[in-house]
Amino acid sequence: MDFVVSIFALGIPFSVALLLASLGEMFNQRAGVFNLGCEGIMAMGAFLGMLVPYSVGQGGPVSGAYNILGLLLAMGIGALLGLFFGLVVVTFRAPQGIAGIGLQMFGVGAAGTLFRHFVGGTQSIPGIDRLPIPVLSEIPVLGPVLFSHNPLVYMTFLMVPAAWYVLFKTPWGLRVRASGTNPRAADSIGVKVNLVRFQALAVGGALAGLAGAYLSLCQVKMFSDEIIAGRGFIAVALVYFGHWRPLKIMGGALLFSLAQALQLAIQGQGIDFPYEFAVMLPYAMVIVVLAFSRESLLLGPTALGKPFNREMRT
Amino acid sequence: MTKQFKALYKTVVILLAAAAAMLLGALILWTIGADVTKTYSVIILEPLKNKIEIGEVLIRAIPLTIIALGISVAYRSGIINIGAEGQMAMGILAATAVALALPGLPKYALLPLAMIAGTLGGAAWGFIPGILKAKLHVSELLSTVMLNYIAAQFYTFCLRGPMLDPAEITMGSGTPQSMRLTKAIWLDRLVPGTRIHTGVYIALAMAFIIWLLLWRTSWGYKMRAAGASERAARYGGIGVAGYLVVAMMISGAFAGLAGAVEIAGVHRRAIEGITGGYGFSGIVVALFGGLHPAGIIPASFFFGLLIVGADMTQRMVGVPANMVLVLQGIIILVIVATRMVLANPYLMERVWRRYQKLTRRDKEA
Repeated sequence: MDFVVSIFALGIPFSVALLLASLGEMFNQRAGVFNLGCEGIMAMGAFLGMLVPYSVGQGGPVSGAYNILGLLLAMGIGALLGLFFGLVVVTFRAPQGIAGIGLQMFGVGAAGTLFRHFVGGTQSIPGIDRLPIPVLSEIPVLGPVLFSHNPLVYMTFLMVPAAWYVLFKTPWGLRVRASGTNPRAADSIGVKVNLVRFQALAVGGALAGLAGAYLSLCQVKMFSDEIIAGRGFIAVALVYFGHWRPLKIMGGALLFSLAQALQLAIQGQGIDFPYEFAVMLPYAMVIVVLAFSRESLLLGPTALGKPFNREMRT
Repeated sequence: MTKQFKALYKTVVILLAAAAAMLLGALILWTIGADVTKTYSVIILEPLKNKIEIGEVLIRAIPLTIIALGISVAYRSGIINIGAEGQMAMGILAATAVALALPGLPKYALLPLAMIAGTLGGAAWGFIPGILKAKLHVSELLSTVMLNYIAAQFYTFCLRGPMLDPAEITMGSGTPQSMRLTKAIWLDRLVPGTRIHTGVYIALAMAFIIWLLLWRTSWGYKMRAAGASERAARYGGIGVAGYLVVAMMISGAFAGLAGAVEIAGVHRRAIEGITGGYGFSGIVVALFGGLHPAGIIPASFFFGLLIVGADMTQRMVGVPANMVLVLQGIIILVIVATRMVLANPYLMERVWRRYQKLTRRDKEA
C-alpha cells in the first residue's frame, strides 16, 4: 500500500510540467497551429523562472514574491516566443513542423547561452516549497497523494476544468475552435482567424513557459541544458493522445508521469534493470501510443497545420 | 513585371532575411553584453586563420554534408527527418560492432563492411518512423524525436555495457567508451598536421549519388512528386506511402553512414557525444543549401565554420558555444519564412504596383 501511495505522491507532481505544456499546446492546435517549438519555450521558461530567485538569493532562500516574479517572467517570455512563432507561421505562413524545430533550437540554445552568462555552472535553488493543505493532508492515503504538493500542482489541476470551460463555453473558445476547424467559415462571419491564432499562441506559449518554470523552480530546483529532456515533445504528443480535450490530456499526462514514478520506484527497490532502458520508457510509450491512436487524427482540428490566407481560394 | 524587378525583389527579400537573422542573433548577444560585430567576425573568420582550424571545419563539414543530403531526400519527398541524430548514433554502433567483431579482417574488407553496417544501422532506425507514418499515420516529427532520445540511451547503454573497453574495466576509470578500433577501419588522413580524412571523397561521392537519384532516376522523380503534391502524385499512380518509407530509409542510411565515417575518420573509437547535434545542424544545412547537393556542400562548409567558430567565441569574446544553436534555430525560422515570401506571387504583385506608382511619380516630378 505504501508503495502505491508513494508512486502516486511522486507521479502527480511529475505530471504538472507535461500537463501545463499540453494544455497550452491544445489551445495552439485547436486554433490550427502545430507548435513543435514547445520544448524551446519551456527551456526559456525554465531559465527565466529561476533567474530572478537565483540572482536575488544567490542560491539562498528568497521571499515568495521573487519566485512569483520568476513565474510571471517565464510566462511572459513564453507568450512572446509564441507570438514570434506566430509571426513566422501565421503571418509568413511558413510550414509549421520545420519552423517548430527552428523555435526549439532557438529556445534551447538561447536558454543555454543566457544561463552560462548569467548563472554559470549548475546552481541549485530553494525554489518553491510544498504547501500541504492543513486538514486535508492529514487524511491517510488521500492526504499524501492529493493534498501535500506544491501550490502550482493544485493550480495546474484547477486549470484543467478552467481550460475546458474557456475552450467549450466561452465565445473566445468557440472562435479558437472555429479557426482551427473551418477558418474560412469563421472568417466569413467576421472572426479574425489570424488574430485568434496569435492569441492562442500567446496563451499556449505562456503555459509552456510556466511549465518550464515549474521544472526549474519546483521539480528539479535548478537549471541545466537537459532539464526539459523532451517533455515539450511529449506534451505535443499528449495533445493527440488526449484528443484535444483537457480532461483526456490530463489522463494522458498522469499516465505518463505515473509510469515514470513507477520506473523510479522500481529502480529504488534495487531491481537489476539497465538504467538506460528505464529512461527510454516514456519515449517509447509516446511512439506506441501514437501508433495505436490512429483514429484520433479524425477527431482533431481539421485545419491543423494549414496556414490561413483569406486571399486564396481553398 | 520586368525581369530586373523580379531579380531585384528576390535580392532585397533575401538581404532583408539575412539582416533579420543577424539582428535576432544580436538580440541575444546584446542581452549578455557581448560585442556583436566581434562575435560574428570571430565565428566566421577566426577558424580560417590556420591550417589546423580549416581542417577542423572540413571534418565537421563531412558528416554535415552526408546527413544533410539524406535529410534533403526526405524533405523533398514530403517527410521531415528530425531523427538524424539517433540514426547517426545507430550507424556508429553498427560500424563499431563490425569493427569489434571482426578485428582480423584486412582493410579492403573491413572498411567497406563497416560503412555498409553503419548505413544499414541508420536505415533501420529510419525505417521505423517511415513505416509508422505510412501505415499508421504517426507524425514523423514526433516519432523521430522520440527515437533520438531512445537511440541516445541505447548508445550509452552499449558504451557502458557490451562495447565497453576491457581496459576501462581493469583500470576502473569507467569512462563509457569502446576500445580503440583496429587500424583496418581507419580512414586515412589526407593533410599532415590536420585531421582531414578521406571521408571528404565519400561525402562528395554521396552528393553526386543523391543528385543522380533525385534528378536522373524515376524513383527520384516519384519521390519529388510525392513531396511536391501528395494528391497529384497519388492521382498519377505513385504509391506515395511506399516512397515515404524509402525516403526515410535513405535519409536514415545517410545519417548512419555519416556516423560510420565520423568514427572511422575522426574518433576511431566509440565515445560519448560524437553525434553532438550534427543531426539537427544537418536540417539547417539541408535547408540553407536549398535542398540541392550543389548547395548543400558549400552550406555544410559554412555551418562547419559556425560550429568551430562558436567553440572559439567562449575563449575569445566570452560568448558560450550554445550560441551556435541559437543561430541555427534563427536560420531555420528565417529560411522557412523567406521561402514562403518568395513563393508568394500576390505579395510580389503588390510590391510591383507600389513600385510602379513610385517610379511614375518620380518621372512626373
